[in-house]
Amino acid sequence: MKQIKFLFIGILFGIIMTKSEVISWFRIQEMFRFQSFHMYGIIGSAIITGLILVKTIKRNKLKTIYGDSIKFNDKKLSIPRYLFGGIIFGLGWALTGACPGPMFIMIGNGYAVFLIVILSALLGTYVYGLIQHKLPH
Amino acid sequence: MILIDFLSNPWPWFISGPMIALVMFLLLWAGENFGVSSTLRTICSISGASKHSSYFDFDWKSQTWNIIFITGSVIGGFVASTYFQSPESLSISTNTINDLAELGINFNSDIVPSELFNWDSVSTLKGFLIMILGGFLVGFGARWAGGCTSGHAISGLSNLQTPSLIAVVGFFIGGLIMTFLIFPLIFLK
Repeated sequence: MKQIKFLFIGILFGIIMTKSEVISWFRIQEMFRFQSFHMYGIIGSAIITGLILVKTIKRNKLKTIYGDSIKFNDKKLSIPRYLFGGIIFGLGWALTGACPGPMFIMIGNGYAVFLIVILSALLGTYVYGLIQHKLPH
Repeated sequence: MILIDFLSNPWPWFISGPMIALVMFLLLWAGENFGVSSTLRTICSISGASKHSSYFDFDWKSQTWNIIFITGSVIGGFVASTYFQSPESLSISTNTINDLAELGINFNSDIVPSELFNWDSVSTLKGFLIMILGGFLVGFGARWAGGCTSGHAISGLSNLQTPSLIAVVGFFIGGLIMTFLIFPLIFLK
């Protein structure tokens, strides 16, 4: 039952992504063609709000609901994995018009065929796991 | 009624963006980190992939929250499209509509090109590329890059992580190559 809060945060996330139209393939095309401000406004204002929230957490040493200190995922600096992995991701993002979150949210929107996209993404993850040692990181 | 009307109209960017940051904050507050693509790894682990690669051999039980979160997001998608349905259909840039029409992709006010995203299309070349190859690249790339839009663009950049900036630049390089160089090859007859 401790986990039920994640269900509610997830529901909120699904509603936001649907009502902001971020899940739309056409919105992603608009973004990559630089023909609308919509997606840039969303990502930009999310980052600016996020920066303020993260700063506030760090400055005030805010705790989690369990009283632990909030820990962030600091990532180790390297170039190949982020650049090459990012490019592969971008190629796929433009094709499907959906990053991992929207793939799932599209199912809730009634587009059951996105199960195929999710299964393919799982296959991609699986193959990455098999050959990760051969890739530059 | 005013609230329902408000919720039902498409949300402007300056509401949507900060709301996404709020989701990130709520997850941090609950002791976790916002990043959807790690769920893909968790699902592979639960399905037994750890027998084939040590990458999937981790304590996935610590990640069940992510599965619950993504289940919630499916419900959220259902709630939004059923109870807060927009009174008007999606409206996008005329330039985008025209550019896509030149590639033979029609905008009929649905949120995806319905002639490409349907069960019959899965077995066609275009459907295969857009759904199966596209999904594969998203999964492979997100895990290689160690995160997707939520983990890098939102969580990472909010925390001033240089690796995330490199990843987001990569996302755009890939997206632009696909849109401007490869789409014409796939879709132009």
